[in-house]
Amino acid sequence: MEEEVKAPVPEQEEYVINMGPQHPSTHGVLRLVVSLRGEIVRNVEPHIGYIHRGIEKMCESIAYPQIIHLTDRMDYLSAHINNEAVCLTVEKALGIEVSDRVKVIRTILSELTRIQSHQLFWATFGMDLGGLTCFFYGLRDREMVLDIFEETCGGRMIVSYNCPGGLMNDIHPNFQKRTKEFIKYFRETLPEYDRLLTGNVIFQERLKNIGTVTREQAIAWGLTGPVGRASGFSCDVRKHNPYSAYDRVTFNEILYNEGDSFHRYKVRMDEMWESMNIIEQLIDNIPEGSYAEKMKPVIKLPEGEYFQSVETARGELGVYIVSDGNKNPYRVKFRSPNFVHLAPLNLMSKGAKIADLVAINGSLDLIIPDIDR
Amino acid sequence: MENSQLAALAATIAPDAQVVQGKQFVEITLSPSDLFAVAEKLKSNSETALDMLVSVTGMDYGTELGTVYHLRSTIHKHMIVLKTRVTDRENPEIDSLCALWPAADFHEREAYDLLGIRFRNHPDLRRLFLDSTWGYPLRKDYKDDVNILAR
Amino acid sequence: MEFSIYDFSSFTAWIDSSLRASMSPGWAVAVEMILIGIAILIFYAIVGLFLVYAERKVCALMQNRLGPNRVGPGGVFQTIADLVKLLFVELVPIKNADRVLFNLAPFIVIVASFMAIGAIPFAKGLQAIDLNIGVFYLMAISSMGVIGVLLAGWASNNKYSLIGAMRSGAQIVSYELSVGLALVTMVVLAGTMQLSEIIEGQRWGWFIFKGHIPAVIAFVIYIIAGTAETNRGPFDLAEAESELTAGYHTEYSGIKFAFFFLAEYMNMFIVAAIAATVFFGGWMPFHVYGWDGFNAVMDFIPPFVWFLAKTFGVVFLMMWLKWTFPRLRIDQLLTLEWKYLLPINIFNLLLMAFLVLTGLHW
Repeated sequence: MEEEVKAPVPEQEEYVINMGPQHPSTHGVLRLVVSLRGEIVRNVEPHIGYIHRGIEKMCESIAYPQIIHLTDRMDYLSAHINNEAVCLTVEKALGIEVSDRVKVIRTILSELTRIQSHQLFWATFGMDLGGLTCFFYGLRDREMVLDIFEETCGGRMIVSYNCPGGLMNDIHPNFQKRTKEFIKYFRETLPEYDRLLTGNVIFQERLKNIGTVTREQAIAWGLTGPVGRASGFSCDVRKHNPYSAYDRVTFNEILYNEGDSFHRYKVRMDEMWESMNIIEQLIDNIPEGSYAEKMKPVIKLPEGEYFQSVETARGELGVYIVSDGNKNPYRVKFRSPNFVHLAPLNLMSKGAKIADLVAINGSLDLIIPDIDR
Repeated sequence: MENSQLAALAATIAPDAQVVQGKQFVEITLSPSDLFAVAEKLKSNSETALDMLVSVTGMDYGTELGTVYHLRSTIHKHMIVLKTRVTDRENPEIDSLCALWPAADFHEREAYDLLGIRFRNHPDLRRLFLDSTWGYPLRKDYKDDVNILAR
Repeated sequence: MEFSIYDFSSFTAWIDSSLRASMSPGWAVAVEMILIGIAILIFYAIVGLFLVYAERKVCALMQNRLGPNRVGPGGVFQTIADLVKLLFVELVPIKNADRVLFNLAPFIVIVASFMAIGAIPFAKGLQAIDLNIGVFYLMAISSMGVIGVLLAGWASNNKYSLIGAMRSGAQIVSYELSVGLALVTMVVLAGTMQLSEIIEGQRWGWFIFKGHIPAVIAFVIYIIAGTAETNRGPFDLAEAESELTAGYHTEYSGIKFAFFFLAEYMNMFIVAAIAATVFFGGWMPFHVYGWDGFNAVMDFIPPFVWFLAKTFGVVFLMMWLKWTFPRLRIDQLLTLEWKYLLPINIFNLLLMAFLVLTGLHW
């Protein structure tokens, strides 16, 4: 092996602490080497790879339908959306048009996934800032979504419900009823979240003007999802490049111009309302049809390159498949949003306090297995 | 702008490169020495205006190594794919695009880590996921008798 | 009218005289001290365990869950089980830690809270020592715990601990001022620093009613500053679980950790007890002037029940604060104290002095 380029040496009088790989606020095995001067953060150096499983390498030796089960384990809070991305890429490569029923069910499940992801974000974000009560309220409501998943998909978090050409199974007979019950319940409960946390003076003071990213920076760093939209960067793939049934629903893309931690939080809170709107438009109109197209037992993609991006709960997930005509992909690349969002962490948190670093880290809503893949 | 127009425009910006209108995007294949200059032009040209780097993919083509850049214009909403290849597998070097898109920082570190492609002028080229005792696992000739079970 | 149903002074005087009759005065004092020490130790343990249990139940109430419910009826023996577990947990030796200071720190914290209990009046005559500068003594003693916290942070040889200790130092030094000034405001109203006299002065109305608006302001400031002094949320920056893992007691395990843990709850009890004594009349029952029948019924309730009810009321308020608010940042914490609480407090003190001077209070 060639010589390793050395990590930057901290300046004198800098106090270096290791946040992680086991630390309550990094939500996983992320290690941040933080250089401090007193309470002030001078430099943050993310060290990742503690949960690197080589998913891209594994994909090269397995068949396309099997990839689904690996993408579940990338961003495990957007498992369904990750699966959808792979399925859409494969379907695009094969030129298969799935039935409307599949499209609508995929969209509903994607939005439910987004809601439960944002609920967990809210829960853990409150906890990062010291308000431990949020955690239980967030998880209480998330449980209802997971129950819907359990009934229809069989899994709660790692759903693996999509497959190339459609869905694994048809929806459960209770699906529509329970989803409607959940929407009704959550429309009443979501204002409770605002009452507990959003309006709190301490909460707002902790977040406003912290970790500000301008629109230009967001584009240059490729920040998408709620992080990009909080900076005024219109980057919602569902709007700009609709897939599944997003072209037949009306919803707003939430945009704020401030770009600070508080507005990243606000985008997610508002997105939950929009997700509920989308689900309500679709839930009563699930068209009849087959839940899966007939596929060959061994799926071989024609030689070529295929790229498809979807909007996960955290941003744009791009799937890039290079095929050489075999049953295994030649190369798979996942452009995961969290990986991109981690990069400017140093930029955002320079000059902030330790507590701000935790707040910024929380507002990015990083999922470490998605960074490492 | 349609892909065909975009391809024609790209051909004028990068005359030495091979511009193909692919199934999805316009694909520009060019030599590593031209990469930075062409990328800079594609970014600054007001009609292409590729201001967002979506992803950098390191590729192993068997005999050659390469990188694939997915670039997007947030103004015109189109995408262009840049491709480049190097033949030297021992010491592959490609210009870094960090100066144009800071997002390239982590993507290029990932490509360096997993494929061993060195990026010239990268501000902080270190391995990202793995430590220095590992080889380059995404290369096709990578052998790991301990961790990867051969089929 | 004399409230003599529950006067413990004759009881304590009887113990004192019988001891003095059987031994020399020096020995009598020594035996009394030992007796008081044992009594306080038992009380300390019971209240500590109860508070931990209460916190978990209150926290569960706030968080929509049940809390401990397996060990004993309603989980009442959960904390005892936890204590037994903590006693058996290995004391992890820390490499390169300053062994002496590291072991000393939990004792300083716990002794500071222990000493404060001595001056708290639980009922008439049920007070270990009735100093004529009681309020002053409590303020002085309750701020001694920070030495233990600083020692713990320094001696642990851990970066998180040191940051936590430094935060704690900055925090307690700042908020000590507010606690002091809020109490001084009430001392102006009471005209004395002796706790028994302060309580006696609230026979016909607790100070929070007597003192009008300045007393209410002083109470609010006292609760904010008192919460900050005990390092509890939203001012738990010294521990700051999500930032510093556990702050100054990161490296402590087993019974040494239990000391910090217990001391935190006892400090909360002491802060609440002072609040109950100074603002809500301590053990003094609720009286309304002229309603003799009502007052007699109130007097029938034992004074220590009154005292504990008031104290736990304030404790509940502090728990409520902790489980509702997110944590402040260090600069916001100091801004709150130096830019808001302190000026308000000084103004409030002048207002109270004016009130007392003009006789506008009852």
